[in-house]
Amino acid sequence: MAERSFAKEVQQLKIGQGEEFRGEGILAITKALLECGVGYVGGYQGAPISHLMDVLADAQHIIGELGVRFEANASEAAAAAMLAASVHYPIRGAVAFKGTVGVNVASDALANLSSGGVSGGALVIVGEDYGEGSSIMQERSHAFAMKSQIWLLDPRPNLPSMVKAVRDGFELSEASNTPVMLELRIRACHVHGRFMAQDNRRPPLSVADALKNPRRQIDRIVLPPAAFAHEHEKIAKRLPAAIDFIRSHGLNERFGPNEGKVGLVLQGGMYNTVLRALQHLDLADIYGDSQVPLYVLNVTYPLVDAEFLEFCEGRDAVLVIEEGQPNYIEQAFGSLLHRAGKSTRLLGKEYLPAAGEYTGAVMRDGIVAFLRDHSAGLLPARHRVPNRSAVDAPTVDLSEIVPPRPPGFCTGCPERPIFAAMKLVEKEKGPHQIAADIGCHLFSVMPPFEIGGTTMGFGLGPASNAAFDGGGQKRPISILGDGGFWHNGLTSSVGNAVFNRSDGVIMIVDNYYAAATGGQDVPSSRAANRSKSTNNSIADAVRGVGVKWIRQIDRTYDVGKVRDTLKEALDTDVEGPKVIIASSECMLNRQRREKPLKAKAAKEGKRVVNPKYGVDEDVCTGDHACMRLSGCPSLSLKKLDDPLRDDPVASIDQSCVGCGNCGEVADAAILCPSFYRADMVENPSRLEAALARASRRLIGFLQARRAARRLDFGRRPA
Amino acid sequence: MNGQASPSASRQPPHGGDGLVKLAILAVGGQGGGVLSDWIVDVAERSGYRVQATSVPGVAQRTGATIYYIEMMPDRGREPVFALMPTPGDVDIVVAAELMEAGRAITRGFVTPERTTLIASRHRMFAVAEKIVPGDGRAKGETVAAAAAETARRFICFDMERIAARNGSHISASLLGGLAGSGALPFPRECYEETIRQSGRGVGPSLKAFKAAFDAAMTGETGESGLTPPAPEAQAVSGPERLLREWRAAQARVSALPPQIRDMAGRGLEKVVDYQDLAYGEDYLRAIENAVADDRAAGGEDRGFAFTQALAKHLANALCYDDVIRVADLKTRGARFRRVREDVGAGPDTLLKITEFMHPRAEEICGMMPVRLGRFVESRPRLFSWIDRVFNRGRRIRTDRPPSFAMLYMLAGLRRFRRRLWRHAQEAKHRNAWLAEASRCLLKDYDLAIEVIECRRLVKGYGDTHSRGLSKFDRVLKCVHIVSGRQDAAIWIRRLREVALRDETGTELDGAMATVRSFALEATEQNRH
Repeated sequence: MAERSFAKEVQQLKIGQGEEFRGEGILAITKALLECGVGYVGGYQGAPISHLMDVLADAQHIIGELGVRFEANASEAAAAAMLAASVHYPIRGAVAFKGTVGVNVASDALANLSSGGVSGGALVIVGEDYGEGSSIMQERSHAFAMKSQIWLLDPRPNLPSMVKAVRDGFELSEASNTPVMLELRIRACHVHGRFMAQDNRRPPLSVADALKNPRRQIDRIVLPPAAFAHEHEKIAKRLPAAIDFIRSHGLNERFGPNEGKVGLVLQGGMYNTVLRALQHLDLADIYGDSQVPLYVLNVTYPLVDAEFLEFCEGRDAVLVIEEGQPNYIEQAFGSLLHRAGKSTRLLGKEYLPAAGEYTGAVMRDGIVAFLRDHSAGLLPARHRVPNRSAVDAPTVDLSEIVPPRPPGFCTGCPERPIFAAMKLVEKEKGPHQIAADIGCHLFSVMPPFEIGGTTMGFGLGPASNAAFDGGGQKRPISILGDGGFWHNGLTSSVGNAVFNRSDGVIMIVDNYYAAATGGQDVPSSRAANRSKSTNNSIADAVRGVGVKWIRQIDRTYDVGKVRDTLKEALDTDVEGPKVIIASSECMLNRQRREKPLKAKAAKEGKRVVNPKYGVDEDVCTGDHACMRLSGCPSLSLKKLDDPLRDDPVASIDQSCVGCGNCGEVADAAILCPSFYRADMVENPSRLEAALARASRRLIGFLQARRAARRLDFGRRPA
Repeated sequence: MNGQASPSASRQPPHGGDGLVKLAILAVGGQGGGVLSDWIVDVAERSGYRVQATSVPGVAQRTGATIYYIEMMPDRGREPVFALMPTPGDVDIVVAAELMEAGRAITRGFVTPERTTLIASRHRMFAVAEKIVPGDGRAKGETVAAAAAETARRFICFDMERIAARNGSHISASLLGGLAGSGALPFPRECYEETIRQSGRGVGPSLKAFKAAFDAAMTGETGESGLTPPAPEAQAVSGPERLLREWRAAQARVSALPPQIRDMAGRGLEKVVDYQDLAYGEDYLRAIENAVADDRAAGGEDRGFAFTQALAKHLANALCYDDVIRVADLKTRGARFRRVREDVGAGPDTLLKITEFMHPRAEEICGMMPVRLGRFVESRPRLFSWIDRVFNRGRRIRTDRPPSFAMLYMLAGLRRFRRRLWRHAQEAKHRNAWLAEASRCLLKDYDLAIEVIECRRLVKGYGDTHSRGLSKFDRVLKCVHIVSGRQDAAIWIRRLREVALRDETGTELDGAMATVRSFALEATEQNRH
């Protein structure tokens, strides 16, 4: 079960011709797929495209009714490989994953797919994780499209344009026998908007039907000599067909007046930011009516040379607005102008930064600078004077005061105690070489834990320690999540650690889900899933690939046990990789699952225990050692109204979910006796209630007895 | 504070002629910023507006700072081209779900005096960077609030988290109330309420939180006056008459102290008596009275008896060292049981089970032995480690159960013998050395003496933390004689202390101490020449 449910929203997928769709970009894309008669869909979760996978999972019954097959693929490579169904069969297929990392993983299959080409439309929806909110290295997926010759769509970021891009994408793919990549930036994926829907279409040929009449064409298989023919076919047939389609169907757009000394050439995804910049300069209105000519590339690969040259006709200068680097489009157009012997000047990264996101301010400053140099007459007077920002800098700089707030482990996260235990081992045995992986557990690299030095790719944590796996004075440690384990880790990391007789320790963090991407199920998830096979044990899989030393921990909150197990792994004489599987359910998902059940049980009069943790503020001395081993959002600070005490004490707020990490850490690290757990019992049995009453009376008597012999200052004891 | 900029300022910000409104929500992941964003979209669509909302969800939302951005304008039949992200200097309304996030909005330039209405919850969610500091690492909220009042066109700020909690709802509801009540958006109140009703979950509490926040934003009456703890009045001390008589006599001695130190000495006395007994309080008072005399002799009267003031605070803390008896005493009190109920939100009749997490070591066990026995055991490493093996493990103690309660109760009862126990002897020796050092300094360097006293702040915690704190304290104190006699001696000790407070492991402190030693050496060399 995913973290976010789209059960309500997916009802909109059923609407038909003439009805208006309202909602998130991702959902609109899904609706467009169904309208296009897609035959199968799949993908691998990862921001900003995770919700697309969630939507598909929640919409399984709707898409199933249409005869559409949905597959939650093992990885991006697996997803791209699934598009093989469109090679020999005229079936439309779409897969989704994040760029650039997903495209990296998928590139082998994508290259093979685009070599042989497709007969059914094949769409790769890439959530480009670039700029603010991104969690990965900053690169572009653009290069992959160029190297494998996959057409790249970059539509304007509004729902009608995005939906149209899906439709165009399938047709373009079929017209040119080439897979198409649809690139959506982070905010576009989550943009709320509306568009006019069409009826959903059943696939003309379903995958189930295709199985009845298998097909194969030897010349589509990537093997010499066909592979040589493919390359020539790409250039001689598919590329011209694509350019022809793009031009004849007007996939790229022109806005603003035809005439003008200057013009802007932009990726479709940049459109709204460019328009806002022009609005600031009084060169456009809110409806997008621009006074500057715009050439909007909704297709950023291939470029249509003729279109561009037409746009440049009669202009002194054009500015290419292309986010990220290298500046492929700018280079291509620059070279084209030169070869065509045109006098139009082409500018780009001179005015806009070579690296980094094109935010509103960056875009405005870049366009102002370009216009000032090349068409100052267009600019309002206040912008004609150089070196003066349109907006004054903030009057107060609070950057020294406002603390950074990077993402971190959630309240009650079961991974926190694993890293608390690792920290305790570090205190005892000194630091170790530790390789991290991708997933929520990567938050360990930040304070308070500061564990892990590299992250090389999903499921590659242990593999990235390979150089150290020969052993030495201390053993190397690597971390791998359950998501990464099934994605790639079982073979690339664990299997090969066995094969190479690694001496290292592998900590598998198992929280029952692909948690960082929103709680999608993986093969080892413990939940029952109607359409997927879950409950496949990681320990069995690890044993199966030959690991001899395996420890399964079923409650990560037992900090002492995790610590001792890790120490054992570091000390044991057993040869080969030492694998610890630390399992506890992702707290975010657990709360979502358990809370309603508990509330229901309590309502029905069943016995329910609600644990909460607390700190005795008079016992706490305000040293915050507990927080240096936790970082839990619910474990916070409180300033007491006591002039004798300078430092704020620890305090647990109402958001505590009773995971127990703080109490366990206080015990395992011998910190202090300030923590307590309070279990609130609802609907206790009569015997239990009677015993509790009697205990309370007895304890109350003792308390009153002592209180009567001492002074009571009437304050909360301090 | 509810900073209505000025009566003349209209409630609605100067939006453009087309009615375009740009609104940014800055929240911490997990606060429900997405819910709030969805609500605002719904309210606007309900009111005939075209709306676009975006966010950058994903891993960024896991407890990190995150932004939601909304643009809206009246529907005139054409689809507007909205921006996907806020531009500095071009945001009409900023909703900050936490005070530092308001600060972040200001730092990022989203708040400008010309146009921005800033609606912020005053409460704090401390960032990890603030929490892991061994001393007080909290960021200065007042500075942010002051900057906000200065930077925003209108600044509406009250504790919306508390309003939400009091009404059993989430902050998204009170933020929506704050936004609605600010009047910054041109939508009627009913529209917002209808949106909450349509959301279908927790409607009642959400509406209540919405209303409370609406009123607070509207009237500037945040309802907080009744919430702040009342100014401490004269304490109602109760107990047996004999003890009360002695207490009043002690109080009289406090009243005879110079006025500047009465408050602190009064609180200190209370703490010490609460910790042990009136006789212990008498020891404390005597020490304070002697200190006043010394202080006066050192010319402290002109400085408001700053030395004695510091002493009154830190001596009380030093006398009330944290031992097993203390912990057992605090854990078994009736008042503490009541507070636990309050803190976890349990009603007076809820069945409550309380588990304590204790981890005694041999040190704690020996500390509870009579002086000679304790000293004997500690001087025999094998015996000591045997005791450690027997006792050193985590103990989960159920204080709601009579047997384990009784055990702690009896441990607390050892209070009567405390002064004869090994730990007390150790503490007394250490404390006397500290006081002697302070007295020595007082004659030569008043400021340095205060700094010596203040070093007590370094000693806190239990177990390893306590040992580390003690070691830092000892190391800083060792530097006193190195710097003693220099003009800037007090400044140096203060610096060392501050470094020690910041630095958990003490490595930074070692560096600072090396610096002190090096210039001390330099000074000696120079004297030689």
